[in-house]
Amino acid sequence: MKKSMLEFTVGVFMIVGLVSFSYLAITVGGTDWFSDQNYKVKARFNSIAGLKEGAVVEIAGVRVGKVEKIKLDKNEFEAEVLLSIVNGIKLQDDTIASIRTAGIIGDRFVNIKPGGSDETINPGGMIIETESAISLEELISKYIFESGK
Amino acid sequence: MEKKKTISEVIKVRDLVSHYGERQILNDINLTIKQGEVMVIMGGSGSGKTTLLRTMLGLNTPTNGDIELMNKSIIGLSTPELYKIRQQFGVSFQGGALFSSMSVRENIQLPLNEHTRLDQKTMDIMCRLKLEVVNLSGFENLMPAELSGGMLKRVALARAIIMDPKLLFFDEPSAGLDPVVSAELDELIVKLKNAMNMTIIVVTHELESAFRIADRITVLDQGSVLITGTVDEVKNCENERVQNLLNRRPRNENVDADEYLKRLTGSM
Amino acid sequence: MIKESVTRFGRKGVDFIETTGMMGVFLFNCFYHVFRPPHKIFSIIKQIHFIGARSTIVIVFTGLFTGMVLALQGYHNLKDFGSTDLLGSAVGLGLIQELGPVLTALMVIGRAGSAMCAEIGIMRHSEQIDALECMGIDPYRFLMVPKFIAAIISLPILTFIFDIAGILGGYLVGVVLMGVSEGSYFQGMYNSVDWADVQLGFVKSLIFAILIVWIATFKGYFLHILKSGGHGAEGVSRVTTDTVVLSSVMILASDYLVGTIML
Repeated sequence: MKKSMLEFTVGVFMIVGLVSFSYLAITVGGTDWFSDQNYKVKARFNSIAGLKEGAVVEIAGVRVGKVEKIKLDKNEFEAEVLLSIVNGIKLQDDTIASIRTAGIIGDRFVNIKPGGSDETINPGGMIIETESAISLEELISKYIFESGK
Repeated sequence: MEKKKTISEVIKVRDLVSHYGERQILNDINLTIKQGEVMVIMGGSGSGKTTLLRTMLGLNTPTNGDIELMNKSIIGLSTPELYKIRQQFGVSFQGGALFSSMSVRENIQLPLNEHTRLDQKTMDIMCRLKLEVVNLSGFENLMPAELSGGMLKRVALARAIIMDPKLLFFDEPSAGLDPVVSAELDELIVKLKNAMNMTIIVVTHELESAFRIADRITVLDQGSVLITGTVDEVKNCENERVQNLLNRRPRNENVDADEYLKRLTGSM
Repeated sequence: MIKESVTRFGRKGVDFIETTGMMGVFLFNCFYHVFRPPHKIFSIIKQIHFIGARSTIVIVFTGLFTGMVLALQGYHNLKDFGSTDLLGSAVGLGLIQELGPVLTALMVIGRAGSAMCAEIGIMRHSEQIDALECMGIDPYRFLMVPKFIAAIISLPILTFIFDIAGILGGYLVGVVLMGVSEGSYFQGMYNSVDWADVQLGFVKSLIFAILIVWIATFKGYFLHILKSGGHGAEGVSRVTTDTVVLSSVMILASDYLVGTIML
């Protein structure tokens, strides 16, 4: 009687733990354990200033994937970014990837603007058209420089 | 012939020396305990009798010397080997050493639970049997905190004999008990020896109870054996220190208070 | 005079190394048995009940209030920059990476660590551990292993519960009281908290679990040998105090260490 009560309590405790863990891991942490329904595409940028691995990839403001990996192309001195995109979202080969900032001091993310072509990018392919990060400092200095002229 | 002779000696202690830090506790102890006897190790506080018991149990490591339990030296054995040997004997500690979170029944059944694969029903029967032996039938479901000192010791005794050991160690059976309860325990020890043919080693400082139960007595003083012999031999011993102990005379020495304190705390 | 103090210093050093060595051997012994089944399942369940299940309520409340304080502080700081949208991510990251594991561990030290130490210390004092050894029962297997396994299971669960209670507390203050939009609170958190952050919290709670049980059981088990120990009720109380202080400090130190390694 007492023993079964104890076991029941511990059982409830473990279930609560498991549920909490799933919430934290899946919803909050955003693991993709249960979905390898992802595919990868590459994109090159002149500058990605401030973009971090794990940053969000959005189309029209909706989350469709994340930044998997960032590395430097040593020949071209360009940033090569590996994006993982949810399956079922087809990107046309004239898609434009650009790096944006949420608000003025918010996180950087990759925004994808769909194109109009009939051809789609295959998994492992490359987004050719990109727009680099807009640097606030550069904009300001440019403004001062030009107005001074 | 040779073989028969060796079996009859259950415990052999040879040239045992033990230290606690810098202090010497046991000094060259030699002791032989025979099959089926009650051996009482007697001595005042600080005589080293508890250390001797703990060393025989393998709880303390001696500085020097050898101990054989049932013809097997226990010095330098690995822990698992030691555990295996210990399963063959029972120990009842001074305060009972019952597990306070377990009922009397669970305490007594613990060795069975750990070492055998008996079903619950068999274990319950064995438990009831041993409680009967120590005159505590019907106490199965009480907790140790609900028992008196004498009862605790008897439950500890029941736990010590649950595996039917050949060898039983008993640390201070009468400490902290009134004379009547203490006498009951003594009776129980004699009963165990006669009925179950156990070899029993009792450590005590109580003269009366020692004389009641002992086949042989070893008198320990300041870490050395003064005499080993039958009750009569000990009573008639001429040794001054033995007589002092028997007559409860205070030790005839000038004890300097500071020096005594230093000896107690072990700081030199 | 100088020689004396150098000697004393040297002895302290030797003592320290000796104790550390003993702790290492102790932990090795415990884990040697942890990895050698079979285990008594019911003793483990009993320990999970003690360490984990019975700490739940306390953990929920501490979590709730921690989240509320975080949100309150964060809101007032972020308001000046007009970026209260970041509140969710501040609360989420703070809880999951740092405060969840650390505060949970501190609560468990107070509730279970001290009790474990006192329990084993009293068992040592009243010769129960000697009795176990004399029955041929390994005290490591019988006493330590269930505690270790139970803590390793319980602490992460408690940490997750703490995190969620904290997120809820942050929601209550940030969204309900201060009027940050619900969407930005949760979405901001979901976007900034990564699986790696949850992992970090998880790893921390595992390490803390081992630390807590290690220190508590060690101090109790070697009550009779340790300098601060000694026998009797006073020895037990001293050792218990030691346990709480030492394990709290160790938790915070190792928190920093794990942080630098994993971040």
